[in-house]
Amino acid sequence: MLNYFFHSQLSLGLAECLVAALLALAVTLLARTRAPGLLKELPLAELRGVIQIVAVGAILAFMLRGPQWTSLLVLIAMMLAAASIVRKRAKKIPRAFMLALISICTGAGIVLAVMIVFGVIPLKITMLVPVGSMVIANTMNTQSLFLDRLRGEATSHVGEIESALALGASADAAVLPYLNAAFRACLIPSVDNIRSLGIVWIPGIMAGMVLSGASPLYAALYQFVVLTTIFSASALACFVSSHLVTRRIFTVHEQLLLR
Amino acid sequence: MLTCSQLGRTLPPPEARTLLSDVNFTLERGEVLAVVGPSGAGKSTLLRLLNRLDEPTSGAVTLNGIDTRTIPPRELRRRIGMVMQRAYLFPGTVAENVAFGPKQQGKNISTDQIDALLTHVGLAGYASRDALTLSGGEAQRVAITRALANEPQVLLLDEPTSALDETARHSVEALLESLIRERHLTCVWVTHSIEQARTMAGKVLAVEAGRVSAYGIAAEVLHA
Ligand SMILES: Nc1ncnc2c1ncn2[C@@H]1O[C@H](COP(=O)(O)OP(=O)(O)OP(=O)(O)O)[C@@H](O)[C@H]1O
Ligand SMILES: [Mg+2]
Repeated sequence: MLNYFFHSQLSLGLAECLVAALLALAVTLLARTRAPGLLKELPLAELRGVIQIVAVGAILAFMLRGPQWTSLLVLIAMMLAAASIVRKRAKKIPRAFMLALISICTGAGIVLAVMIVFGVIPLKITMLVPVGSMVIANTMNTQSLFLDRLRGEATSHVGEIESALALGASADAAVLPYLNAAFRACLIPSVDNIRSLGIVWIPGIMAGMVLSGASPLYAALYQFVVLTTIFSASALACFVSSHLVTRRIFTVHEQLLLR
Repeated sequence: MLTCSQLGRTLPPPEARTLLSDVNFTLERGEVLAVVGPSGAGKSTLLRLLNRLDEPTSGAVTLNGIDTRTIPPRELRRRIGMVMQRAYLFPGTVAENVAFGPKQQGKNISTDQIDALLTHVGLAGYASRDALTLSGGEAQRVAITRALANEPQVLLLDEPTSALDETARHSVEALLESLIRERHLTCVWVTHSIEQARTMAGKVLAVEAGRVSAYGIAAEVLHA
């Protein structure tokens, strides 16, 4: 119906956004007794979201005219943003920004680099930016989960951790069971995504590839590639941060800082 | 010998609250100091400064004349053992809990040694029991055994019997008394019970709101 009125792709896109946004607003209006605050928040969130994503689209359009390596700059900016979001989530952990930045850069960075070297992810803006952003975003989520879970485990086992210290254990040994528990827990969503692939959900990138004309079979295989890459990047990032985090939650004299 | 001079701890800003200040005492080998005072007075804080689970912000602690800040924390905590109000046993067997301390130094404590220790504290045959299913009194005995496996010179006791019922309390008290005597342990014992302080300790340190309100020979301090 819309394409009857709008002929350029851009105006059509904007009109489509408007329909989706109004629908969301209508649903919220209907459900306003459940979450009164949401009604105030939503229009602003929608406006913000649309501006951000349009800006990204515009930058991509601009980059497409330039050299392909500029996509690397975009990924670096994304990693910085991801680290600052993890820091907000892990407020109780001192110096969490550097921790998250180092972990995300090593995890996502190394895994993406390997995939690029093998040509699995082509060094093309149209592929590297969307796939890279998925990998980085998921690595970020896993990092937040890891640090939050670790904080939770440690603060609910202060007695055990300090008992271990009091028996002459190193900080690493005292916190080890809780590090391992957090590590296992934060990777569960990533493993479950691989397990449920295709049955429970057909993720966005496959939908996108099919929409833009790739063979559904190739798109399906590529979806597996993306999800396992996400797992590798997340696991590597957590591995790195599990080694760096002890120095942040203990003092140099092996005193527990969290409580 | 364990001494404390002008020992204190003030939290870092922004809180900047003084938890404890100007604590002085001297304990010869084998002496027991009872630390008494109302809840929140700073008794646990004092113990944590002694084995450096918390960092003193003023004063010093010496062990056999050596400033404890010059001893690596792990080494210090082996020499100054600690038993808390609750046992906080680790998941696993009783034997694994007892072997934990020595294992941290890469030492292996033999099953015979573990059995001997357990027999000594009245837990013969408990070695392979699941540590997390023990009763409060049994768990506290394991916590004491676990601390002793490191062969400490000093034992810090943070209300070790307050979570126990009457019978268990008396038997753990008796156990501690005999262990302290046999091993000539220097002991700092936080307690809520004046009765316990009177029977167990030679010296008493009374703390109130982070300050020492009395210190001296138990009979004199507790009489006043
Ligand atoms: N890390 C910390 N941060 C902030 N406050 C603390 C910290 N540790 C202890 N405190 C505070 O220091 C004060 C003394 O605590 P402490 O545990 O030493 O008291 P206590 O004499 O052992 O009390 P109780 O008999 O209830 O065990 C309390 O007000 C406590 O809230
Ligand atoms: Mg206390």
